[in-house]
Amino acid sequence: MSSVADYALPNPVTDNRSGLIGKGVDRYEGPLKVTGSAPYAYEVTPPSPPAYGVMVPATIACGRIIAVDAKAAEASPGVAAVWTHLNAPEQAPRGTRVHPRSTAPSRPVLEDDRVRFFGQPVAFVLADTLENAQAAAHLVQLTYEEQTPDVDFHGQLAKAEQPPGEEDVEIGDFANGFAQSPAKLDETWCTPIQNHCQMEPCASIAWWDGETCVVHTSVQMVKPAQHGLAETLKIDRDAVHLMTRYIGGGFGGKGQTYDDITLAALGARFLGRPVKVAYSRQHMMHGTIHRPATVQRVRLGATKDGQLTAMSIMTTTHCQRDGHFTEHASNFARSLYAAPNRLTGHRLIHLDLPGAGPMRAPGEASGMLSLECAMDELAEALGMDPIELRIKNEPEVDPETGKPFSLRQLVRCMREGAQLFGWDRRNPRPGQARDGRWMVGMGMAAAIRGNFLLPAKASFSVDRHGVITVRQGMTDIGTGSYTVLAQIAAETLGVPLADVRVEIGDSELPPAPGSGGQFGAATAGSAALAAGMNLRKAIADLAANDPGSPLHGGPAEAVTFQDGVIAIANRSESLASLIARAAPEGLTVEGEHRPAADARNWSQHTYGAHFCEVGVDPVTGETRMRRMLGVFAAGRIINYKTARSQLTGGMIWGVASALTEGNAVDPRYGSLVNQDLASYLVPVQADIGELDAIMLDEADDKANPLGIKGVGELGISGAGAAVANAIYNAVGVRVRDYPITPDKLLGAMLAR
Amino acid sequence: MKTTITVNGAARTLDLDPRTTLLDALREHLRLTGSKKGCDHGQCGACTVLVNGLRINACLSLAVMHDGDEVTTIEGLGSPEKLHPMQQAFLTEDAFQCGYCTPGQICSAVALLGEVEAGWPSQATQDLTGKVALTDEEIRERMSGNICRCSAYPQIVAAIKRAAGALA
Repeated sequence: MSSVADYALPNPVTDNRSGLIGKGVDRYEGPLKVTGSAPYAYEVTPPSPPAYGVMVPATIACGRIIAVDAKAAEASPGVAAVWTHLNAPEQAPRGTRVHPRSTAPSRPVLEDDRVRFFGQPVAFVLADTLENAQAAAHLVQLTYEEQTPDVDFHGQLAKAEQPPGEEDVEIGDFANGFAQSPAKLDETWCTPIQNHCQMEPCASIAWWDGETCVVHTSVQMVKPAQHGLAETLKIDRDAVHLMTRYIGGGFGGKGQTYDDITLAALGARFLGRPVKVAYSRQHMMHGTIHRPATVQRVRLGATKDGQLTAMSIMTTTHCQRDGHFTEHASNFARSLYAAPNRLTGHRLIHLDLPGAGPMRAPGEASGMLSLECAMDELAEALGMDPIELRIKNEPEVDPETGKPFSLRQLVRCMREGAQLFGWDRRNPRPGQARDGRWMVGMGMAAAIRGNFLLPAKASFSVDRHGVITVRQGMTDIGTGSYTVLAQIAAETLGVPLADVRVEIGDSELPPAPGSGGQFGAATAGSAALAAGMNLRKAIADLAANDPGSPLHGGPAEAVTFQDGVIAIANRSESLASLIARAAPEGLTVEGEHRPAADARNWSQHTYGAHFCEVGVDPVTGETRMRRMLGVFAAGRIINYKTARSQLTGGMIWGVASALTEGNAVDPRYGSLVNQDLASYLVPVQADIGELDAIMLDEADDKANPLGIKGVGELGISGAGAAVANAIYNAVGVRVRDYPITPDKLLGAMLAR
Repeated sequence: MKTTITVNGAARTLDLDPRTTLLDALREHLRLTGSKKGCDHGQCGACTVLVNGLRINACLSLAVMHDGDEVTTIEGLGSPEKLHPMQQAFLTEDAFQCGYCTPGQICSAVALLGEVEAGWPSQATQDLTGKVALTDEEIRERMSGNICRCSAYPQIVAAIKRAAGALA
């Protein structure tokens, strides 16, 4: 079992002799993506022409299907089958886990007559062409016995209950500490339901090769998708060969599979030919998970000079009637600011809505929208600069656990950001700055997001040409996994990037947890380093024991790897010549990394500071993000370019959370009102002004052997609060109900 | 219905269901899957292709309407071995992440440069009489029909400026 102390030992990545680590090299798979030649799931060429499957979504949120009339659909041209719960192929009951180590249980489709949420797939049409399948899908007649859906989140906050197994965390005596605080804030913020809106809707293509189901799908985590499908189909886990090589966005929404994969597999088995199934854009809104709405009560107590004496966030949120998900919007606050009396916790309501689940920075993305505005409000009430208030409450150790921080440069992020952004030009009195018709304001917010490491494996091969191939059941959802694995491999084996191949997204490769929770690069990369080190050892042993090698007889541990050449002092040969002569079939080794046993002795997070300038039109209430800067501390950066893209992308999500993004529930139907990209407002080019992210030069030697941390979720954390605080600075009114749309802002300005 | 479309320079005759969109004709019949289906009703721009030199959403157009037309898809602009300057600029500036909207962004960007060159004004154009300047605002306005959920928007602006310089 490794120890965190081992992480500080030098290795090829931290030595960085070739200078590849940190370099902004182009994306490994980039040439395929910019030419449209990277096949996403629905585009994979099957062994024979595919049939097309189309799902029929339920038009009620709660009830039963009492009659099915599929005659017209079945008689429609080209239709091969119409399935509902009455005639769907046999599958394992929901939740079955025959293999005890399956990472996901069965998820049968069309399992019974019950409708659990609006948009639940309730029928499925298989046809020879997409047009025929789509046309027939409209002909399926379902009669429902409808029950009134219970979807009113805000109407039943009082009924919310503590999620099972989740206790409130109280340190000190919050009630007393808050009551005795000279300065107090007690406000409530609301955040709406949000949808992931990945550009690629969920899709799968499947065919059967004998008893093996071959399936290409779009999913962030390989093993649970493979295991869940095998359990559903009641076949061996090895009888599912699942691939997910190119993924058109995930953001947490593809952390699980949906009915497309099961229907494609069942359809392909039924027809004896490949079948492909995709969600429509509209169906994505209901048919896949969403970030649930929250109501967050924030209470802050402080001394007159800004020392926090009491701090609390209590979050109420919701999940699906049969679901278990809690949006942990209060958790981040446990490590952010010092205060002796603290109370955090969550309350949950079960509703007849589609599934709630993780979306980019679950917890932080919602929670920081409240606390980071509350800090801004408190700073103003105390007559302090918001940065100084935060610095005043900077903890020396984790304020709840007392553990030391592995590395915490939040203050540096705020100070450097302030300088680069021109924070000193902000007038702390709101409503003072004008630019033509625009009221202009600046705001800032801190960012924190936990850092995680999970166990993973990888394999490394070298062939007779000296080409290194990394193989891992990892995924790349646009994060840069392909690229950082190539950089780690090239640096570890001392070969040029051009001599590295990366194969990921395949259930037959050594398993890795995949992409999520911003643990991807650290987890996959640490396993890759381990495998690379094992290959170095195998190559060194081979050379030392090969009489034909100039390195023969030398101490294997003294072999160096640089520029495709292996050497001991002045004795050298190319890696390719050694392998071609001594191991012409090549060498393959595996490696594994498991988190250090003592890693939990440190409080590990990534940090940042957001600065934003907005303009608000006082006539229309429209807010424009004019410029924004984020400064981040996230350990060693493997690839400056891809990391920056992750961070700026997250920041733009934060802008959208503040200004436009959210879905509304229609209580009549239990549906979400915004069902496409014209009504659910993700940002477009014209919404985004000048925006950049910079990263501090740091390495966290408590995090993993690479000293790296994640960046995929850090960028959104706190970003929306910086926008909201800038709006306040511009116009002098607070809207605590996100998104801050013109109607709300104008209403608040007029009411003042 | 028999339809002949010149795609990336080659005449292709297809016998199509009249309901088939241009996008599905490209993806499902011609196996040109570079054009993406992001929303299938003209709101995301992932399916953007050039028809007779102009950019359109291929999902909003029936294939049989394009008999005799010249269509250029992302595959017609360049290949991994020989990238079009706009493709190279997107790669250099990291103007994408997941890559799903990217072919549409690139086709849109190529057409944008042509529109600016031809002097077509946009909502963001200040001077309607002179030559249109390729400012950040012009690019943002003209690229707002192409959604990038990964939000590589700043990098896309940088890539288009880079490519404009390379092509000038």
